[in-house]
Amino acid sequence: MEAPTWKNPVIGWIDRRLPVFTMMQHDLVDYPTPKNLNYWWNFGSLAGIVLVIMIATGVVLAMQYTPHVGHAFESVERIMRDVNYGWLLRYLHMNGASMFFIVVYIHMFRGLYYGSYKAPRELLWIIGVFILLAMMATAFMGYVLPWGQMSFWGATVITNLFSAIPLVGEYIVTWLWGGFSVDNATLNRFFSLHYLMPFVIFALVFLHLVALHTSKSNNPLGIDVKGPQDTIPFTPYYTVKDMFGLGVFMIVYLGFVFFAPNFFGEPDNYIKANPMVTPPHIVPEWYFLPFYAILRAITFDLFWGLIPAKLLGVIAMFGSIIVLMFLPWLDRSPVRSARFRPIYKQFFWVFVIDCFLLGYAGANPPEGYFVILGQVATAYYFAHFLIIIPLLSFIERPRPLPASISAAVTAKGAGVPARSAAE
Amino acid sequence: MAEMVSTSPPHPDEGETRRDFLLIASGVVGAVGAGLAVWPFIHSMNPAADTLALASTGVNLEPVQVGQRITVVWRGKPVFIDHRPEADITAAQDVDLSKLVDPEPDSARVQKPEWLVVVGVCTHLGCIPLGQKSGENRGPYGGWFCPCHGSMYDTSGRIRQGPAPKNLVVPPYQFTADTTIKIG
Repeated sequence: MEAPTWKNPVIGWIDRRLPVFTMMQHDLVDYPTPKNLNYWWNFGSLAGIVLVIMIATGVVLAMQYTPHVGHAFESVERIMRDVNYGWLLRYLHMNGASMFFIVVYIHMFRGLYYGSYKAPRELLWIIGVFILLAMMATAFMGYVLPWGQMSFWGATVITNLFSAIPLVGEYIVTWLWGGFSVDNATLNRFFSLHYLMPFVIFALVFLHLVALHTSKSNNPLGIDVKGPQDTIPFTPYYTVKDMFGLGVFMIVYLGFVFFAPNFFGEPDNYIKANPMVTPPHIVPEWYFLPFYAILRAITFDLFWGLIPAKLLGVIAMFGSIIVLMFLPWLDRSPVRSARFRPIYKQFFWVFVIDCFLLGYAGANPPEGYFVILGQVATAYYFAHFLIIIPLLSFIERPRPLPASISAAVTAKGAGVPARSAAE
Repeated sequence: MAEMVSTSPPHPDEGETRRDFLLIASGVVGAVGAGLAVWPFIHSMNPAADTLALASTGVNLEPVQVGQRITVVWRGKPVFIDHRPEADITAAQDVDLSKLVDPEPDSARVQKPEWLVVVGVCTHLGCIPLGQKSGENRGPYGGWFCPCHGSMYDTSGRIRQGPAPKNLVVPPYQFTADTTIKIG
């Protein structure tokens, strides 16, 4: 693409030496976007905006927070009571984490439904899975910082997962803790890493966007763009649509911040950490519940005790995310969008329900029928990716695809070049 | 002499050259150097000297009645001390070892049968099991019950049921007198 000429001589002077304005014009304005994107495509840019909000609120919160076991809890209470607008910044940050996961989970389910992970977007999808992993690490370490009971015991349970690793597990846990239990050294390093990780996520998001703008956006029909008549420029069309979506999102987000700021939280985390007393019922934050259910679902050893239940649970939990990276090759169906895959469409919704069931099992104590529910839902989770999806690739007969995006979405089936339509 | 100062291989088809050797050698030295330089960063995250130097904990057992359990802190972790009544000792000794997840006779876990000393950290994921206070759920084996994921321990602190893979750890300790111990 040729470089645009800039009327403003200062911008032109800079751009000839550092083409940032050309890049912005190219990727934020001219970027040819399929003209049939629906509202499920809003969640990618929403996730980016939430990341910026999290970094902005996090940077100022860090100016008031003290990462010491004797002061952390009190410094957070000071932020809530004494720091100017501290309550607002903390509630924005706290609820922002929940919003981040809601937005990203919807973004991922959209990718699953419309086959956005398929060629040529495999790397785009895999980078996305890495972003999810980085988000989980960041959220986990951030939750430890207020040093409440759930912070402490959540950190204890999760770091103890690594003790399941054969031979070196105990050494790794001691290394992670910097001591013999979750203590001051642990809190300090978690604060350091919690501050570092968002910038790692930012870099991964940048790669995610480079990959996106190389293979271009998928669309609800899942068919390739056939020419300029199938696309519209990102600005103004999707800029304005993203702005509208942002408005709706902010109503929900700020609704929680102002009217139910502790809706996603655990009351136990307003009790200062006590290493001598475990709360009767430890639960992670809601966005980890399905994975927590998978961790607890494994109550049996494998191969006559060679792989103990604990290790198997940890493998299953990490495996539930790693399996996503192989999805582009597990799904051999050449059709992307579930709109043209009548059987996959049904199984997609069963999978969504399965994820909610896992979350429900994870939220409840591991007793009685919740154990069975967790085990069945875990088995189905893996069956969806490892059996159902590969099998459907062969037995499903997809419905006929439209000739082009324009043919499917415009009245006469003829493409109207968007540029001339806009003018 | 000429080929020794030559900067490009005189015969490209000859295979390994002096330049290849230098490239590989300097690459290996660089990689080893980088690897050694990383170690201080990694090791800095291991327990510091002051953490390692944490004093051992002395406990006076005299006031502990038969059937009473107390908790003391050692290395930031709770240690359970159980003054076991006769019934609990017999129950712990009479278990069929082949039925245990982590087979260990009771005699290997105590120095004096009436005193059980174990680290009060569930070997599953590190929660503190219930059973220290009277009225708390001790599970069906009369020892401890972990509320997090339902591990059940017997009166010798051995895992009997649930996801925990190992018995409660017996810390290093010694009787300094008849009724005092030093843990650590």
